[in-house]
Amino acid sequence: MIAELGLALLWIAAALACLSLIAGALFLRAGPKDLASLVRPASVAQGVLTAVAFALLIALFVRSDMSVELVARNSNSLKPMIFKVAGAWGNHEGSMLLWLTILGLSGALVALFEKRLREDTLIATLTAQAALSLGFFAFLLFSSNPFNRLPVAPPDGQGLNPLLQDIGLAFHPPTLYVGYVGLSVAFSFAVGALVTREIGPAFARAMRPWVLGSWIFLTLGITAGSYWAYYELGWGGWWFWDPVENVSLIPWLAGAALLHSVAVTATRNALRAWTVMLAVIGFSMSMVGTFIVRSGLLTSVHSFAVDPERGTFLLVLMALYIGGALTLFAIRAGTVAEGKKFALVSREGSLVINNLLLTTILALVLLGTLYPIVAEAMGEKISVGPPYYNRVAGPLALILCLVMVAGPLLAWRKDDGRKLWSRLPPAIFAGAAVLFALVLFGGKIGILPLLGMSVAGVVAVASLAPLWNRNLRRTPLPTWGMVLAHFGVAVALAGMAAESAFIKERLVAAAPGETVRVADFAVRFDGVRPVAGPNYTALEGSLTATTPGGASFVLKPESRMFPGLMGTAPTETNEAALLTRPGGQLYAVLGQPVPGTNGTPDRYQLRLWWKPLVWWIWLGGGLIALGAALALIGRAQLLAIWRVRRARKAEERFAP
Amino acid sequence: MKAKHQRLILALLAVAGIAGAGVLGASALRDEAAYFRTPAEIAAGKAATGEAMRLGGMVAQGSIERLGDGVTIRFVATDGKASVPVEFTGIVPDLFAEESGMVADGRMRADGTFVADRILAKHDERYMPPQMGDMPKGVAKMAPKT
Repeated sequence: MIAELGLALLWIAAALACLSLIAGALFLRAGPKDLASLVRPASVAQGVLTAVAFALLIALFVRSDMSVELVARNSNSLKPMIFKVAGAWGNHEGSMLLWLTILGLSGALVALFEKRLREDTLIATLTAQAALSLGFFAFLLFSSNPFNRLPVAPPDGQGLNPLLQDIGLAFHPPTLYVGYVGLSVAFSFAVGALVTREIGPAFARAMRPWVLGSWIFLTLGITAGSYWAYYELGWGGWWFWDPVENVSLIPWLAGAALLHSVAVTATRNALRAWTVMLAVIGFSMSMVGTFIVRSGLLTSVHSFAVDPERGTFLLVLMALYIGGALTLFAIRAGTVAEGKKFALVSREGSLVINNLLLTTILALVLLGTLYPIVAEAMGEKISVGPPYYNRVAGPLALILCLVMVAGPLLAWRKDDGRKLWSRLPPAIFAGAAVLFALVLFGGKIGILPLLGMSVAGVVAVASLAPLWNRNLRRTPLPTWGMVLAHFGVAVALAGMAAESAFIKERLVAAAPGETVRVADFAVRFDGVRPVAGPNYTALEGSLTATTPGGASFVLKPESRMFPGLMGTAPTETNEAALLTRPGGQLYAVLGQPVPGTNGTPDRYQLRLWWKPLVWWIWLGGGLIALGAALALIGRAQLLAIWRVRRARKAEERFAP
Repeated sequence: MKAKHQRLILALLAVAGIAGAGVLGASALRDEAAYFRTPAEIAAGKAATGEAMRLGGMVAQGSIERLGDGVTIRFVATDGKASVPVEFTGIVPDLFAEESGMVADGRMRADGTFVADRILAKHDERYMPPQMGDMPKGVAKMAPKT
């Protein structure tokens, strides 16, 4: 019954999206006013119903209802409960329903809480959101029904890809999806504002919290995904420039550009057309990413089993939405009045350069991601890997960081740069000190990591400059947010550069009792023992790492074997063991047993890395997200609203 | 400076930036893109020594050989038409096995051995690199029996 109910709810929600679309469109064509009053409640109901349908899908996974095809293919009754729940979105259909749920809920939130926009712009925005939902409903219902029943229920399910059986699955996909789909609100705002020609500070201020919000989730999702790949794959890397990573980075770059340009539009009423354009690009890039991942064009753990029909469907949807929005933009761009003017040396000027660099990096990453697909269509099989991306994105990112140093110190509209120069010396000194120290004592370092660490030094000090000579208690939250986020960029950059400059690696076949040296650690291999997990068996290695100071720590990397379930092949995964120290992380992977002369294994492959400052990368990501969150709280005036409510409550309490 | 000039400078900057990015991207792609090669293409002399590339094929039955250091393996990659010896130092991925598909990043050494930096294996029935999907079905069965 649950599956049928879920499907019915999806159809009703789709009908509600259809209703919002028609009512909104009629109203916007100078139709009757009472139609417009339908749009808000319909949007809210659509969001709630989709969310309930998604909850029902999770219930099916929790109950291990094997008569539902999706559950039978992706779950198993022996799986730990958390992975049963998370398994609901660890597949194509379930994740598409998650996508729709977020799309619907963000529409509902706009309908409920957005009070700053003109009524007709809001209706146009909700109509655009309903149009987006409708297309993805069609995709889900016609080609990827998650509630499909099997004619005969198998005794048990095929289980979930062991690589996905990790706490990361509970956190990383939903966070990233909230970010991807949250950008749809900015897209709809842009379309709505283009339709009603209300492009100005009010529109920018209304859109700003949404951009910030989805960008926070994108940042957290990417950071979590990076850490997950780092410890789960056992390859020791934190970013592989895998196409799937790139398609998450591209909307993030667009979001970063957008939240800076929307600041210009909101504060200074400039860059209006450009902000609208970026808002369209943001969600378009989310859709391009979804298409690339789900069309089967790329190779990755993220690509689901897909048939070409689904790819074509998505391609058509994407062409419709992106093409439609861009056409609307082309028609209306001419009518967007010229924004306020500003000098080249000004806050606006620096943000324009920031946007230019971010979009250039975006374009180059997109080029590298799409190039193999285009080349394949022309008969050449090509892969584009880290050397390309490091070469194109590395230098541009460093220049971007230097612009980031200057931007916050410049005044709006026009600046002669004097304040900038008066505040730069400490930062330049910090950068120079790092550079000299590295050149003198750092040994042989690549140019990019060397510059990376020096620039990180400059940025770390300069990012704090906006707080100097200021009453810290009176400093507005968004300023704190900006400072924290920029400081986070410096922390992450330092981590990336230090890790690639000073990484130490050992790969050996060690017999029990043998000691391996990596960096300053003496690591003794104590042997292996078999252990059993809830749905796997494993070989657990035991390593004792001793620091020069004499402290010793035990690491237990595992090599896990998951049995093949219901006709699937068995799978092995490596669970790396991590030892986090103030200076970095020791990373240990247990490889395969090595047979000795008599055929029984007497040695085991061990891979050990010392990764200096590596955890700074994710700390930086967290700081960036936290900074953006502070800005969001400030911008959405959540505190103000809360204070007003508290005051009102207090008043009520004391009222006679 | 007049506002008009400022706008012009910004526009010129943007154009220069885009042109520069285009040149940067194109040259980097030309230098850094790695071709996907099959053993047959390598046998036909399509791959230059030392050039970064990606090799796809099946691991021939009975060909995996472990060297004394315990972490280096040699095996033969085949596509049914030709085969290439591969050498790899590292931990092979889960599910790397004889008669199953693999993709290796690396380069050809002068002696005709492919030296892999990284090996990716076919993960499970539901995960197959599209590049391997092009290989004829049942390649494993056609692999030379040793």
